Amino acid sequence: MSTSSDVGYHAQHKARWHYGEVAFWLVVLACGFLFPSRYLIMTDILRLALFTMSLDLILGYAGIVSLGHAAFFGVGAYAAGLLALHGIVGEPVLALIVAGLAAMVLGFATSFLVIRGVDLTRLMVTLGIALLLEALAERFSNITGGTDGLQGIEMQPIFGQIPFDMFGKTGFFYSLAVLFLLFLFARRVVHSPFGLSLRAIKNNPLRAAAIGIPVDRRLVAIYTLAAFYAGIAGALFTQTTAIASLDVFAFERSADLMLVLVIGGTGYLYGGLIGAVVFRMLQELFSTITPQYWQFWIGLVLVVIVLVGRERLHRWVLYLPNLIIRQVAGRKAVVAVPESDA
Amino acid sequence: MTAILTNLFDGVAYGMLLFVLACGLAVTLGLMNFVNLAHGAFAMTGGYVCMVLVNRMGWPFFAALPLAFVSAAAIGIALERTLYRHLYTRSHLDQVLFTIGLTFMSVAAVDYIQGSSRVFINLPDALQGQFDLFGVGIGRYRLMIIVICGLLTVGLQMVLAKTRFGSRLRAAVDDPRAASGLGINVPQVFAFTFAFGCGLAGLGGALSAEILGLDPYFPLKFMIYFLIVVTVGGSSSITGPFLASLLLGIGDVAGKYYVPKMGPFVIYTMMIVILIWRPNGLFGRTAAR
Repeated sequence: MSTSSDVGYHAQHKARWHYGEVAFWLVVLACGFLFPSRYLIMTDILRLALFTMSLDLILGYAGIVSLGHAAFFGVGAYAAGLLALHGIVGEPVLALIVAGLAAMVLGFATSFLVIRGVDLTRLMVTLGIALLLEALAERFSNITGGTDGLQGIEMQPIFGQIPFDMFGKTGFFYSLAVLFLLFLFARRVVHSPFGLSLRAIKNNPLRAAAIGIPVDRRLVAIYTLAAFYAGIAGALFTQTTAIASLDVFAFERSADLMLVLVIGGTGYLYGGLIGAVVFRMLQELFSTITPQYWQFWIGLVLVVIVLVGRERLHRWVLYLPNLIIRQVAGRKAVVAVPESDA
Repeated sequence: MTAILTNLFDGVAYGMLLFVLACGLAVTLGLMNFVNLAHGAFAMTGGYVCMVLVNRMGWPFFAALPLAFVSAAAIGIALERTLYRHLYTRSHLDQVLFTIGLTFMSVAAVDYIQGSSRVFINLPDALQGQFDLFGVGIGRYRLMIIVICGLLTVGLQMVLAKTRFGSRLRAAVDDPRAASGLGINVPQVFAFTFAFGCGLAGLGGALSAEILGLDPYFPLKFMIYFLIVVTVGGSSSITGPFLASLLLGIGDVAGKYYVPKMGPFVIYTMMIVILIWRPNGLFGRTAAR
């Protein structure tokens, strides 16, 4: 078998749906019916999962380190809030898309700044943009409500049919539907030739350029797409909680996001989803132990993860599942985290 | 006119302070190519050590300052030897995650030990108030900061340019492999420099309690300022970060005075523009590695 067909075979093989993935989504859906008293936190996890997936697209697949991803989340959140508050676009799904597009425009505009320079410059520029937006939101408090945030947002029924209820049931299934659709799209994107070219760029931009990949244009495209995803996540936040405050831009949000992604593993889409679940569980656990100082333990988790090494950690976690799979199916390890380094 | 001069004076004092706080970061980030977002935590350590010594134990302020330096440097070298050392060769993402984790831990730890409210250091009477010099109001405390930081800057420049250690450090930074081939103990040089930078941050933290405010969120609040100083100033010499901190200090004070509503907007815009224009910093050159 020649090398080129080998690569194509592997790419196609990886793009195929596995039973595990189907099972994963069925479990997620089942959670919605099994734990009706936990809708709020589950919706929170779904939002975080979508937001993390957005970071994974640029960090895990394209290798752009961003410390200011909350900028797009915030823009999406405020856009959705303002649209609903002033009744410009009442219908939630439409408002969601508009908010996502607003973040996408910002993402496109700033992507040209981000693709310049090396890691450090990118860190600074992304961080700077998020802080800039936070300062702007504070400055124009007549529009954004300043530190009090946008209040009194009333959400209209989805498609004019399904109203948001106070237990968050609608919010949960709405978020789940949005997450699933965007996941399908992201899955298609990362397994397409476009997605493969992104990985090539991440591994070695110079070599990627040499084999004819337009590096800058690909990075602009994925950054813009990631901004759209983050904007949708932000809009979901506003729509399901009916508030939008200045902390949507906060540095802690961007930093936590990195932690979520790192817990789950970069460079595969489920990393964001698993990371979101584990992170929220950890957060709940720590805040029941020490309500005020949970940040310490989160920090400790980060330090330990880095010191142990992310790859080694994922190998340990996957040891038991792989053992079982090997026993049952008699094959070599099936579940593996592809290139988790960024 | 006098208002402008007073602002300029305050800006210079602020900038000098930022320089002392950030020049340790210039070494780790610019020279050792290590993204240390936890740098502010060392500054905070120094500040709190000074506060405890002066307020609780009744030490004189000027006796507590060296101890703030020593304690931050000691913690710095302990962490460098045990943790940081392993991360020099890792990816920037790992370094960012690790140091953010450390920052979170330090914030929560200080919050736990000292409470979350802002603390003040009792200053001796000689440092309080201000006097007029040709109609320009000069704060005594700020004047002291300018003197201390000015002396430190000159001292650092001398050490870097004239001493044997300075030339070793410059050699180690320019090309670590060639330097170690010449018999320079590169890890040792880096460890010492790292500790010294942490110590300076600690000293800066102690001095800044009066001006910047000291609370457990200090490392997060001023992280961006330190990073601006280093990235805008470049890392080829200490003159770059020095000029950048002066620029940032004067710009920030003037911005807050003349366009208070724009807040930090001016600073962030300036930073982004400069980084786009010159990704290696205003006074930088292309990094050796």
